[in-house]
Amino acid sequence: MAKQEYKHIEIADYPKTGFARFIQVMRRSLRVELFKGMGITFGVMIRTLFRGEMHTMQYPNEKLPVSARYRAIHKLLRFMESESERCIGCGLCEKICISKCIRMDTKLDENSRKVVPEYTINFGRCIFCGYCAEVCPELAIVHGDRYENVSEQRAHFSLKDDMLTPLDRLKEQKEFPGFGAVNPEADKMIKKTPLAY
Amino acid sequence: MSDTTFFVIETIVKSLIIVAVFSALAGFGTYFERKVMAFMQRRYGPMLVGPQGVLQVLADGIKLFTKEDIVPANSVPLIFKIAPVITASTAFIAMAAVPFFPSFEIMGHTVSPIVADINIGILFVLGAMAVGLYGPLLGGMASNNKWSILGAARTVVQFLSFEVITGLSLLAPIMMIGSLSLIDINNYQTEGGVAGWLIWTQPVAFFLFMIAAFAETNRTPFDLLEHEAEVVAGFATEYSGMRWGMFFIGEYANLFTVAFLVSLVFLGGFNDLGFIPGALAILLKVAFFFFVFLWVRSTWPHIRPDQLMWLCWKVLMPIAIINLLITGIVILA
Repeated sequence: MAKQEYKHIEIADYPKTGFARFIQVMRRSLRVELFKGMGITFGVMIRTLFRGEMHTMQYPNEKLPVSARYRAIHKLLRFMESESERCIGCGLCEKICISKCIRMDTKLDENSRKVVPEYTINFGRCIFCGYCAEVCPELAIVHGDRYENVSEQRAHFSLKDDMLTPLDRLKEQKEFPGFGAVNPEADKMIKKTPLAY
Repeated sequence: MSDTTFFVIETIVKSLIIVAVFSALAGFGTYFERKVMAFMQRRYGPMLVGPQGVLQVLADGIKLFTKEDIVPANSVPLIFKIAPVITASTAFIAMAAVPFFPSFEIMGHTVSPIVADINIGILFVLGAMAVGLYGPLLGGMASNNKWSILGAARTVVQFLSFEVITGLSLLAPIMMIGSLSLIDINNYQTEGGVAGWLIWTQPVAFFLFMIAAFAETNRTPFDLLEHEAEVVAGFATEYSGMRWGMFFIGEYANLFTVAFLVSLVFLGGFNDLGFIPGALAILLKVAFFFFVFLWVRSTWPHIRPDQLMWLCWKVLMPIAIINLLITGIVILA
């Protein structure tokens, strides 16, 4: 990385005599430093209004993209083509869960395939460690980006119907990029680390 | 209709219009202030009530009107209740001698948009605005609260500081014009368009008066009375609801009065400006000065009371007197 340009700010000593103070006042007044400050705020206003430097995110209407590594409420994914559930009922997530909050029922259906009629996570106990998503061999249970988990009852979000991608919204299902994936906005958020002091 | 009845009706209508328009403008002043300051700090400001938040004023008004009216224990209730009325009413009384627009004709009568064209106009305006400081003073002293007392004490400090400057700085242009009436002051600048403005002959007086105006309207570099970082809310600490609202209607009304004064005395008032008609010209000037007040508030830090006294008595007053002397010498020579 190129050497950074840093400005060294000279901070003069406080004036000691009355005359020196007078000189300082005069110098500051004649350089119209106060009006330079007003120029800066006016420039900020113009750039805010017309060049898109607004810093406010109007939260409920617009949201920042969540990092793929963020561990929010879980999702159960489907296969995009066959539309069937990815979960094979192996029970690894139930086993690895350190707060013992995953509960699943499995059975064999008429085709002798293993299906999962019930799958619940007790979010009162879940510590969002991410082991269940990490251990899942089919990428069936992953952490989603649903961090607004306010509800009237603890059982909300946690039933299988809540977590499983609905069939009509299958198009919107995004593939889990995997652990260690970077934020989708990562390129924009990179700032140069100052290396040369 | 006889002239007398027309005069009576005209005066009543003018007073009502002034009170209605400037109360509403005071409300919208808060909206503009919040918006401009937000933009200068890279924020949106009020956005949710109405398009771009324009109805925020309405929401604030409903909140102020319906808030519980609290008179604190051990206060002096009568003075506590009167104080906001003093601020609000003197702010509107001061507007009586301010000509807002050029005169126009209605039903064969010439109407001049000034409630009373008294020959001591500018003196009356400044006097009435200065009386308005009894509001913070009495309110602060009656509140039985230490922050309020500090705010009241600062009111006195501020009053003693800026009142010298307003008087002395305006004396120089008044010497040139030879009249205290704001209409005469305006007519003095009719000739020569922008070049005829008094700001070119009295630039020092203009800057001194602007500085004093910030202190008089209690705006940011000199908002000692209620600076929340130091004295909670100063004189307004114990006030809430509509009493608090009246203090601020008064403050914003003063802001508009001062903006009109500066435009009238130094920037050619309501004379036609090239192709711009006079009424629009003065509105533009007032809008500009109102913006300057907000702009300064979002830019400059505020100063200590002792610094304000130092500035006014040791720096600005000598400059004002020298300006006065030079003006006098030039007039006599």
